[in-house]
Amino acid sequence: MAEWIVRQLPALVILMPFTAAPLAYLLGAKFGRPIALVSALLSQPLALLLAIRVSRVGTLRYEVGGWGGPLGIDLVVDGVAAVMVLVTTVVGLFVTVYALGYFGDRERYRFFWPLWLFLWGSLLALFLSGDIFNLYVCLELVSMSAVALVGLTLSREALVAAMRYMLAAILGSLFYLLGVALIYGAFGSVDMQTLREVIRGDTTGQAALALMTVGLVLKTALFPLHFWLPPAHSNAPSPVSAVLSALVVKGSFYILVRLWVDVAQTAAFPGASTVLGVLGATAIFWGSIQALRQERLKMLVAYSTVAQIGYLFLMFPLVTGGGPAAADAWTGGVFHAVSHALAKSAMFLAAGTVLARFGHDRIEGLGGLSRRAPATAMTFGLAGVTMMGLPPSGGFVAKWQMIRASIESGQWWWAVVVVAGGLLAAAYVFKVLGPFFGREPEAMDEADLDPGPSPWTMEGAALALALGSLVLGVLGQPLLDLIMVSAPALVAGVTP
Amino acid sequence: MSQTDLYTLAGSTLFVIGLYGLMTRPHLLHKVLALNISSAGVFFVLVGIARRIPGTTPDPLPHAMVLTGIVVTVSSTAFALALAKRIFTETGTAALDASDVDVEEDAGG
Repeated sequence: MAEWIVRQLPALVILMPFTAAPLAYLLGAKFGRPIALVSALLSQPLALLLAIRVSRVGTLRYEVGGWGGPLGIDLVVDGVAAVMVLVTTVVGLFVTVYALGYFGDRERYRFFWPLWLFLWGSLLALFLSGDIFNLYVCLELVSMSAVALVGLTLSREALVAAMRYMLAAILGSLFYLLGVALIYGAFGSVDMQTLREVIRGDTTGQAALALMTVGLVLKTALFPLHFWLPPAHSNAPSPVSAVLSALVVKGSFYILVRLWVDVAQTAAFPGASTVLGVLGATAIFWGSIQALRQERLKMLVAYSTVAQIGYLFLMFPLVTGGGPAAADAWTGGVFHAVSHALAKSAMFLAAGTVLARFGHDRIEGLGGLSRRAPATAMTFGLAGVTMMGLPPSGGFVAKWQMIRASIESGQWWWAVVVVAGGLLAAAYVFKVLGPFFGREPEAMDEADLDPGPSPWTMEGAALALALGSLVLGVLGQPLLDLIMVSAPALVAGVTP
Repeated sequence: MSQTDLYTLAGSTLFVIGLYGLMTRPHLLHKVLALNISSAGVFFVLVGIARRIPGTTPDPLPHAMVLTGIVVTVSSTAFALALAKRIFTETGTAALDASDVDVEEDAGG
């Protein structure tokens, strides 16, 4: 039995939410909430076992249904895939616990549970995909459930934001699929392991990679294709905003990393990684400045996501040269994805608590929040430490690795971007923390509406995620090691 | 120019036509249709690729991909239409930005 479970682990982690999702739909009115919670709890040991297994034996390859390629679907789990599965599962649990309090048993939100479980399963399937066509299918599954979740409240703003998101998402997928078609036509395979050997940087290869990159950049909301993100992420119900910012944008980013660092390492266009890096740097500045200008808390947090996505793209110019710089950039980039997932979900959940309690999220109207909701103000502060990249947070480790990679590879200007981005993040974090820990507003009409403290599960789940992003900085070593397990040749310093 | 090249070229042209429609037409129904035209272009390319080695049996894998793609497109189109309809019921216009011309009249033309 134990041996069977270990062998089937890659399939089991995906099947858990995918089994719970239709059940939550069918039995939703009564049992949607307990089904989601049980699924979230059972997923924890599965994801942890998978991570331990990968760290012991290296890459796992699993043939779904025993068919094998090229017609069957293969799941591939290496270090970075295991890390992404783990972070999705952990963030997923806390968001689920939070959502139990946030949505309560209100009838109109019963569809949150099946959609969220579908999204969860689709994300895991995406991270474990071994071929670029299956990645397309997973991308669509992720987008469809994410769009439905954005529109969940059925308010005008939410519906329009969902539609905008949907059009951008479908277009992104089509760009990606056209690239997949060209790659299959030129190189005769969609399996990433095979492609690694045969892909070349000829005209077709370059065109295909360019198309896929445009599609994925649109889906990841990298500047200047980020227009759909702030409305979608800020108008969604807060547990959904948390998942979108923490996990969903990382899904398409993960495919970009796979394509550029893992598959196309030799066929890369010379200038493409620099272009991605420059766009990333621009996103950091643009997103931070926009965040500073927002009056509403959720919009500020959403623009902070636009900025933080920028850091992820600094990985590309830094890994291109190979050597120790590449390893540092690789671990730094993935570690940033992880710590941002924890901190940003904590921030959105905290913002949701504020919104649910006071009925608005205007920053100036939230003076003195630290006295009325100390745990929520604290959550925002702790998550802010990771956003700014101060020690001992996970964000600090990530930025430290990136700065080291910049210096090792002789590209010091990226280090300047990382440091300047941290200062800008401090500016928008303190724009919120200032009022939170400051005086209560003179006009107390808003405070009068205060219906009292939120359920402790909501404040607790958000605080746990914020603490997690902080602890990551101290206890992150096992995770850094796991990121390097069967890392791409370019990063691991092995000549293929 | 080989047959595959011709299909790739035609498919890419369709893709671009759809892209143009998506960006220029404010009406949501037009936007959804434009995305459908784009996806037809992508499927065209895939179907053409199946015959890339002349004189041999066509490769079944791209066909399987197109079938999967069609399933995905049908579902997402249905979803997008439902969303567009709901937006029309809630806002009275079937556009992302209500100030984007008189969409209701535009729909008839």
